This record gives sequence, structure tokens and C-alpha cells, in this order.
Amino acid sequence: MISLVDAQGYAKIIMTVVLVIILYGYILHLYRSEKKGERDYEKYGKMALDDDITSVPVEKNPNLPQKKEGEK
Amino acid sequence: MQSNAALEYDYTVAKLFTYTTILFGILGMTVGVLIAAQLAFPELNYLIGEYGTFSRLRPIHTDTVIFGFMLSGIWASYYYLSQRVLKVSMAESKFLMFIGKLHFWLYFVGALVAVISLLLGISSSKEYAEFEWPIDIVIVLVWVLWGVSMFGLIGIRREKSLYISMWYFVATFLGVAMLYLFNNMAIPTYFASGGIGSIMNSVSMYSGTNDALVQWWYGHNAVAFVFTVPIIAMIYYFLPKESGQAIYSYKLSLLSFWGLMFVYLWAGSHHLIYSTVPDWMQTMGSIFSIILILPSWGSAINMLLTMKGEWNQLTENPIIKLLVLASTFYMLSTIEGPIQSIKSVNAIAHFTDWIPGHVHDGVLGWVGFMTFAGLLHMAPRMFKREIYSKKLIELQFWLQTTGIVLYFTSMWIAGITQGMMWRAVDEYGNLMYSFIDTVAALHPYWVIRTLAGVLFLSGVFIFAYNMIKTITSSKELAQEPKNQSPMAA
Repeated sequence: MISLVDAQGYAKIIMTVVLVIILYGYILHLYRSEKKGERDYEKYGKMALDDDITSVPVEKNPNLPQKKEGEK
Repeated sequence: MQSNAALEYDYTVAKLFTYTTILFGILGMTVGVLIAAQLAFPELNYLIGEYGTFSRLRPIHTDTVIFGFMLSGIWASYYYLSQRVLKVSMAESKFLMFIGKLHFWLYFVGALVAVISLLLGISSSKEYAEFEWPIDIVIVLVWVLWGVSMFGLIGIRREKSLYISMWYFVATFLGVAMLYLFNNMAIPTYFASGGIGSIMNSVSMYSGTNDALVQWWYGHNAVAFVFTVPIIAMIYYFLPKESGQAIYSYKLSLLSFWGLMFVYLWAGSHHLIYSTVPDWMQTMGSIFSIILILPSWGSAINMLLTMKGEWNQLTENPIIKLLVLASTFYMLSTIEGPIQSIKSVNAIAHFTDWIPGHVHDGVLGWVGFMTFAGLLHMAPRMFKREIYSKKLIELQFWLQTTGIVLYFTSMWIAGITQGMMWRAVDEYGNLMYSFIDTVAALHPYWVIRTLAGVLFLSGVFIFAYNMIKTITSSKELAQEPKNQSPMAA
């Protein structure tokens, strides 16, 4: 019969492997979606550089209340 | 809501946290220098009775720099940059403004009470979690207020996507909330003992090995979610903004973020190598610590590559100098930590002076420099005045860099000497040295550490003077600087 401590060890290793697969899947997703032209991640870097309150957002928040969107 | 023409970012709360960063920085680091001197010259323990002993002052040093200086710097930066990257002003919501101010004042009063309680010797005796349960409850409330403030601002943002710094701030909020709650589960001894204990004094709900595991899961992740994650949030904003260069690779910043989140939480058991925790857990702690190099260096290299083609700024702008050195010290610290977590190295390094040496090249070089750079970048924008003196920043930089190098090199030598002396045996297998032999051998290095502390602290005073002069009497600016912060020679 496997002890609880060993079971915890095996559970952790299995979980680690699963998370590694998810992380690598994420990397693949990032590069693939940029290659296919679906997303341009690098444009988000502009958020720090062009950050005046009057600057045009990189992507406008569609959930903004109507009044505030009108102000922009 | 105000009309857009009059709309400006509101830095009221950021300014308040800026003042406490300076205040707690001076307080925490002065105590740090004093206790470093006490280790070299033990008679300094008896200057003011029980209130001046190393055991009383040590938690005041660590908690004041971590929860006073660092957290204030993090929140000053948060209340400044979150508005800017979300493109929404706190002035647009009276509720969020109220919460922000309440967040600050509850924090400030709580922090003062915490410092006094430690000075009086009221302590739960868990490292970096010494505060007794009433203060813990105040800390939880402060944290909840920050959460309301942050998610409230995110809720009314104009920018759809969250800039990478906001990801790191959200992770800081969630990470610390989870760690702090679990590690501080405690029962007043009055209830645990059936009425003969104290209401104020509490005992942990965990015991023995479990307590050690939870404590170091917390302790190491306090390093993760206070010393690292929010500081990365800061550098991802301040370095691009001050240099005028977008992050070298936004994708790499996302990968590093998830890598760090995935790995950091599992590395804490390296504090318990050769202890009674299960062997596989110690091994996994070492392995995760080594893997941690990847996301850490991912962020640091991303920062250094952001300066690609713009390295001339390093000589022209002392704030860039602080930021680049911060990145470099982050790299040093995040390669040193994993090396120490390797079992065979740990056998020599554990419990020696190499450990505080490692901590301090991280906190002084990485957190300290990043915080000073962030505050210097914000000052001209928040107070609409140029920085009082460029020469003073240069002087601060060189004094502190020399201090940091002296600190960690002396502790490297002291730690390895100490570890080797503890393990040395003669031909019959008897220990060659008693504990006091190591104390005598290490004395010169402890004097050097004190000197290093004096150098770094001098830089803090110079920084404080420069900031006060900037706020009160520097030349006023007609318009907000775009990138490089204006400063008088």
C-alpha cells in the first residue's frame, strides 16, 4: 500500500507535468496566433509609452459606460 | 464626472505613499545598520535596555523595510502607474478616491502600531510574520481595501487590455492574500489553554514540521510576491517610460509572468533542506529553484534588451543607471539563490552569513534601486517640479553601489568561512572549531558589513534630501515631461 507522503509526491510530479504542458501550450498559442495575424502582442508595449489621459487607447474598452466613452 | 478638458491623473494617494516610503526607508535601514553594528560590537546591545537589543530590533528592521519601505514604494508606484496604463483618473470616481485614502491611512496607522508592538516585544515569533493577530486583522483589511481600489479602477478603465505591470500587481494582490491568511492562522493562548494564557499572545494552528512547511511556503513567497512580482511590475513601466523605448518583447514578458507564477510557489521548501520534511519535497524545492532562473532571467534580459541601441542613456541619465543596475542585481540574486538551493551547496551555505548576503544583494540592489528610480521618475510628474539635483543622484548611486558590493562580498567570504569551519573535523572525526572560534574569525567581515550599511544608508539620506528639495523648492515645470525626467545639474 502506497503511503500518503509518497502519494503526495507522485501527485505533485503529475501536476507539474500537466502544468508544463499547459505552459508550453501557451507559448505555442502566443507565437501561432501572432504568425497567423490574429493578434499583435507587441503593440501592448505602447501602453506604457503613450499613457496620457488624452491618449488614444491601444484597444478601447468596449464595456465602458456610454457617458465616459462619449467623453473620450 | 468631470469634463475631459479638465481631466488629469490624480496623484493624491501616490504622494502619500511616497512620503511613507521615505519615512520607513530611513527608519528600517537605520535600525538595520544599528543591528549590523551590534553583531560586530555586542556591547551596542545595551544602549537602551530591552528596547535596544538585537532580538527586539531585528524584526523591526525586517518588517519595516518589507512592509514599510517596500510596500509603500509599491503602492506609490501602483497608485501612479495604474491610472496611466488603464488611462483612467482616480478623480473620476469619488468612491475609489475615498477607498484609496482609507487604504493609506489604515495602512499608516497599522504600520505605526505594528512597529510599536514589536518594540514592546509583542510577537508571534514567526519570521516576517511576527505581528500578533489584531494587527494581522488590520493588515487583511488594508489588503482588501487595495483589492477594492485596484479592481474598481480596472472596472472603469478606458484601455481594454491590462498592461503587463497590472498583471504583476494583480498577482501580488492574490499571492499575498493567500499566503498571509494561511500562514497567520493562529489561536490566542487564552483560548488554547482553557483560560490561563493571554488574549494578545497567540500560537500557530500548525505544529512541528507542518508549521515549518507553511512558514517557509509563506516566507519564501513573501520574497516572491513582495520583493519580486510587484517590483517587476514597476520596472516594466518605469524603464520603458524613462528611456522612451517599448519593452523589447511583450510576448517574453507574458511568458516570464506565467513561468514565474508556475514555479515560484513551489520553491519554498529549499529553506528546509536536511530537515524533517519529506525528502522528495526537499528535492523538488531544489529543482524548482533552479528552474526559477528561466522566468527571472527572462524578465531581466527583457529589461536589458529594452535598452538596445540606447545604452548612451546609461551615462546621461542616472535614473536609467539605477534601473539597469536594479535589473543586473536581480540577475545576480536570482542565479545566487538557486545555487544556494542545491543540496550540496546548501550543506555549507545554510544558517551562514551567505544567506543574508544573498538577501541583501537582492533587496538593496534590486528592490532598493528600483524603488528609488521609480520615486525619482514620478516626482517631477506628481509635483510638477524638476528633480532638485542630478549630482546628488550620482553620489547616491555610487555610495550605494559600493555599499552593496561590500555587503555581499563580505558576506560571501564570511558565510563560506563559517560553513567550512562548522564542518571541519580532525583525523579522529572531532569538530575542529567551537562556535566562538567562528565568531572571532568572522568579526572583520561583520565590521565591513556595518560599513557597507553606513554607505547605503548615507545614500538613503541623500535621496530623501533630494526628494524633499524637489517637492518643496525645485524649479517648476510648465508641462509634463514625456520620457527622460528633467533634473537640475
